[in-house]
Amino acid sequence: MGEVEIDWPWQYNFPPFFTLQPNPETRAKQVQAWKSLILEYCRKGRLYLVDVRESSHIPLFNNSNINRKLEESVIISILSELQKTGHAAPVDKAKHRWEIYWHTLDEWASMIYGYISSRGFNNSVLTLYELSQGEDVQTEEFYTIPQEVLIKALQVLEKDRKCELILSDEDQGVKFF
Amino acid sequence: MNRFNYASPLLIDHEKTLACENNVRLYDGEVKTNFEGGELIITTHRILWARPGAIARGDTCLALMNELIVYIEEESPGAFSFKSMYNFIKLSFKDGYSNNVLGILNECLQVRHWEVQIPPQVPDKPQAPQIKLRTGIVGIERSLQEKQKAQDETLNAAFQDLNKLMSMAKDMVKMANVISTKIKEKQGDITEDETVKFKSYLLSLGIDDPVTRDAYKSNNQYYRSLANEISEFLYKHIEDMGGMMTLTDAYCRINRARGYELLSPEDILNACKLLESLGLPLKLFQFSSGVKVLQLNTLDSGTIAESTGILIEDNGSLSADELASKLGISITLARERLLTSEKYGKCCRDDSIEGLRFYPNLFLNNEE
Repeated sequence: MGEVEIDWPWQYNFPPFFTLQPNPETRAKQVQAWKSLILEYCRKGRLYLVDVRESSHIPLFNNSNINRKLEESVIISILSELQKTGHAAPVDKAKHRWEIYWHTLDEWASMIYGYISSRGFNNSVLTLYELSQGEDVQTEEFYTIPQEVLIKALQVLEKDRKCELILSDEDQGVKFF
Repeated sequence: MNRFNYASPLLIDHEKTLACENNVRLYDGEVKTNFEGGELIITTHRILWARPGAIARGDTCLALMNELIVYIEEESPGAFSFKSMYNFIKLSFKDGYSNNVLGILNECLQVRHWEVQIPPQVPDKPQAPQIKLRTGIVGIERSLQEKQKAQDETLNAAFQDLNKLMSMAKDMVKMANVISTKIKEKQGDITEDETVKFKSYLLSLGIDDPVTRDAYKSNNQYYRSLANEISEFLYKHIEDMGGMMTLTDAYCRINRARGYELLSPEDILNACKLLESLGLPLKLFQFSSGVKVLQLNTLDSGTIAESTGILIEDNGSLSADELASKLGISITLARERLLTSEKYGKCCRDDSIEGLRFYPNLFLNNEE
């Protein structure tokens, strides 16, 4: 996980930011700030997966300048807040590994379908690899999107009958309608 | 063979070398082992075997404790075996042996050097002359009894003094009253300044006419009068201290001022509960943490939160003990103030290994 270039908000250097505030009004502001910071950080670093157990190695949750870090339990509760708006989802039952959706799955889905429609790929089949790593999509936002997230986004489209996933062992592809 | 262990060839305490042989081979029972052509040393405690020269270098060698040997027997010229409970070993002396190994070992096993406990060396220092001849449990018991007796005596003496003080105190207060009334009568003879001074002495001495339970028929009346007294006495102090005093502090100060006829904590608590209903300028307040304080009627949580918030802002951040030393109040009170301030959203906390600190609530005030 390399350094992520980000303009830290003022809260990041404010020690109380790393303690969950008991005052409900204050806490709401604090959690809101954390939510947007987490999404911003992941967007900048193109992070799709966060492991809470490794949080002390992630500068986002560990500000070594002021020697403060966010507790794992607090991180999980903030990520759970993000989950409510569809911006995160736990991968394992213990809620250690989280997928972060700085675009919600719906947003990813419409982005991909928009790209397909603009290129006239309707009624054609693309492999998942082409869709996420291919040369044609290099300029698209969803370039390098991990397959797990991609599949989840495509499943959203599938529900709307806009595509059909072909998930055999060999070739993983998708046909758009 | 498994009775051998690896050990240092250095002699342990009180161990002496008895015999040395060269070119000895070890047998595990009847089976030859790779331990051949070594040096064998028999000591009072152990039998050591090592490769030639290893013992001289102090390297690790094989050692068999003599205490494990139950029986020794010469087998054929140049070889004999040690029988142990489960097994036996054989030593083969390729070059024969010069010393009377069998005799030495047998003698060694009879003497059982390893069991001899050498008495610990007595230091040469001349022994201090023993004063107390009593030893053992009786001696300890007696010395304890003596100690207790001495303690009892000091306690008794101390309480006699206290009793004297208490009986004198009543007279003292009476005398003080007489003097103050005389001063009132003779106004003009002494200057205003001196009167004030004298009165302040009296005040610091204590409450001149304490409310006591005997004087009242019902508890209720007693508590009411007590509440009046507490309010009258503490109002000035509490005002000086920034409007708040813990109940424990109040308890100490009241009883310090009374000097005798001391109040119980229950009585003070009951009296303080009446403060507000009697329309006195003090009231009893309980923080959410359970800490009880006496505070001025004019003071409410909102103003406390406000003023504490401003203090935090002025200082950048504050911990409870910093605030306590700034305001001259106890740490408990300072903590309560900070928590109140936090409840009102005037500050926010930073709970780290460095302790609990409070910062201005930038979350609410620093809107982008």
